[in-house]
Amino acid sequence: MQIRRFDAIVVGAGGSGMRAALELARSNLKVAVLSKVFPTRSHTVAAQGGIAAPLANSTEDNWHWHMYDTVKGADYLGDQDAIEYMCRRAVEVVVELEHMGMPFDRIENGKIYQRPFGGHTQSYGSPKMAMRACAAADRTGHAMLHTLYQQNVRANTQFFVEWMALDVILDPQDGACVGVVALEMETGEISILQAKATLLATGGAGRIYWATTNAFINTGDGLGMVARAGLPLEDMEFWQFHPTGVAGAGILITEGVRGEGGYLLNKSGERFMERYAPNNKDLASRDVVSRAMTTEIKEGRGCGPHGDYLELKLSHLPPEDIIKRLPGIREIAIKFANADPIRDHIPVVPTVHYQMGGIPTNYMGQVVVPEGASKEAIVPGLYAAGECACVSVHGANRLGTNSLLDLLVFGKSSGEQVIKDMRGQPAPHRTLPKGAGDATRVRLARLDSASSGERVVDVLNDLRRTMQAHCGVFRFPDDLVSGVKKVTEIAERASRIFIADKSKVFNTARVEALELENLVETAMATIISAEARKESRGAQARADFPERDDKGWMKHTLWYKEGNRLDYKPVHQKPLSVETMEPKVRTY
Amino acid sequence: MKLSIYRYDPDKDEKPYMQDYEVALDAADRMLLDALVKAKAQDDSLSFRRSCREGVCGSDAININGKNGLACVTKVAELPGHVTLRPLPGLPVIRDLIVDMTQFFKQYHSIKPYVINTDPPPERERLQSPQERDELNGLYECILCACCSTACPSFWWNPDKFVGPAGLLQAYRFIADTRDQATAERLDNLEDPYRLFRCHSIMNCVDACPKNLNPTRAIGKIKEIMVRRAV
Repeated sequence: MQIRRFDAIVVGAGGSGMRAALELARSNLKVAVLSKVFPTRSHTVAAQGGIAAPLANSTEDNWHWHMYDTVKGADYLGDQDAIEYMCRRAVEVVVELEHMGMPFDRIENGKIYQRPFGGHTQSYGSPKMAMRACAAADRTGHAMLHTLYQQNVRANTQFFVEWMALDVILDPQDGACVGVVALEMETGEISILQAKATLLATGGAGRIYWATTNAFINTGDGLGMVARAGLPLEDMEFWQFHPTGVAGAGILITEGVRGEGGYLLNKSGERFMERYAPNNKDLASRDVVSRAMTTEIKEGRGCGPHGDYLELKLSHLPPEDIIKRLPGIREIAIKFANADPIRDHIPVVPTVHYQMGGIPTNYMGQVVVPEGASKEAIVPGLYAAGECACVSVHGANRLGTNSLLDLLVFGKSSGEQVIKDMRGQPAPHRTLPKGAGDATRVRLARLDSASSGERVVDVLNDLRRTMQAHCGVFRFPDDLVSGVKKVTEIAERASRIFIADKSKVFNTARVEALELENLVETAMATIISAEARKESRGAQARADFPERDDKGWMKHTLWYKEGNRLDYKPVHQKPLSVETMEPKVRTY
Repeated sequence: MKLSIYRYDPDKDEKPYMQDYEVALDAADRMLLDALVKAKAQDDSLSFRRSCREGVCGSDAININGKNGLACVTKVAELPGHVTLRPLPGLPVIRDLIVDMTQFFKQYHSIKPYVINTDPPPERERLQSPQERDELNGLYECILCACCSTACPSFWWNPDKFVGPAGLLQAYRFIADTRDQATAERLDNLEDPYRLFRCHSIMNCVDACPKNLNPTRAIGKIKEIMVRRAV
């Protein structure tokens, strides 16, 4: 195995990975950024509606209100120190992004255009919405990802494009991360990329579900790597169902549609969100809207011949507004739903969108795990940022537009922390632990030699169908228990997968097989954690425990692959500078 | 649906060949990418790139019955029953439908695709009127899929010297940005017999662009500014 040495490596070139890379480019460090796709193909590109920052360009706003909304949106499972940190840095990182060339839309005075978004309010949860979502039409993620890539071109960042990281290497002596094993897809060669700092920015894993807004590449690679290394994953039971995925296709329709004045209708043409969220209506938090929609469908008020979707109406908006502010979703609706939103309603269903949980970190991106007396001991050399990380700012439910903000703030802060941690470190790399990369090699050798077994596509489809049926918007005890059993069986089948393609050159069958292993770890973490949490909070809605239980369950779940062991750690209720925001009954 | 697909694996094939696949589509399979995924389920060695499956990441650009397009937003209902798929023309093939895009990105990088502004950054955002911002519409939406450049005869002949429609569209995107101060430098960078002027307004790029962008118009505007600067 070839060994390449760097000071720092970033795994993943989406929003957080490229923001971190930019920070690192300002140091003298030798940095490599690995990505299994060309950077502008990363899934950040698909974000639509906006990025949250209390710029107060169109409505009064401040970080305190933003923080309150985020804490409440998270159903009080978010760490309040991290949330304060994120909200206080929001203006800074968005203004920086503008300076980099981000093509934000503008208002008449030349400032950045901001629109309302679900759960973002004025004056601590009042019915008045805050215009906080900074937008580039409905292509904010695309504009942001390209801007970050362009800045990395300028900074001469060294990208390893179409390189897939397979495992992290931990030094058994002190548990420090010393790099990754990675596959160069074009040649099929395996290398060790050794580094003093490894930042995982591998994104989410929405492909564990059948109906998802997520791209094919969202396979939880960082989660799989961390789980296999014996480290825990945090709060994996919390998956966000976005209220408006195109029915049958899964493609995202931004909440910005409702921010611009669109609303949901049931089969009688009733604007049903008024019943569920009298104040904020269609702009309640996503978990609230998705549950309302699921209830409407379940109680026979869904639209269409099978009553299995609801309709998103925006035809009352002026056509020129739709063309100017929502051109991308118009294109999607026409292509994927045969509906032109200028006159037609768009058929939508709640669709898996975002993973609130992930690799446990603090707000400087350092991975933290229980060790000895501490629940949050730093893993030296290992960092995570973006959707793969659980900081936790999103707690049990993320607010729309806080994800792009998360990418910028924690991409930046983790880059800063890597530079800080690198100072005063001895120049030479430590000796690689004995047998580094062996486990990966064994996995690949088995794949290369197996001539029969389970087909990747079959196991994957069964996994996704199982998660969809057993761990959805509403969760039922029997489904969860039988879901654990089924996913365990699927995991066992996944250990016997085989691929017919044995080529060295750009073997996508091999890549998909390796991705499946990561999806299986993610799904297992999800269903085990969900079954164990005996309460309803944010995106976890249990039929048998319909209430939030702050006494018993205001704590973060930690799942370990080894024996599917669970541990828990307290929520950081104390912010950095302001008073604790005490849990309250959550209504919108 | 019958797919005839260009196959080539340098690991084992001496030369490329076409392979036929018969795929049974169901109601949920709306797009050509769905058909490709089904073909791959039959034969896992079939290789192509794909990611977002909604026409925004630019991964799955291929040549579909002779025309470049994105598989994920090409409706099967609008295709004939027999579809021939080849890699994007003019770029080296790595394997099957996967091409080496190095040259394409090199040209993109060559236009300095980032805002250049040497003023000290203000505390808040730089101001830009809505009308000034509108100038970027039809430019910034490019997804770098390469459908346009690989449909352009001028790019086929001189991929090393001619920037190509995708790169030039972006060159104009930065010229058009009121925050950018490097217009003169950008024009200098394009002023040679090849980089810009190999565009002969054939307009294949406009026809091929899956995002309905118009590189020819952007190129025309750059030429216009250049002429204005010369007189």
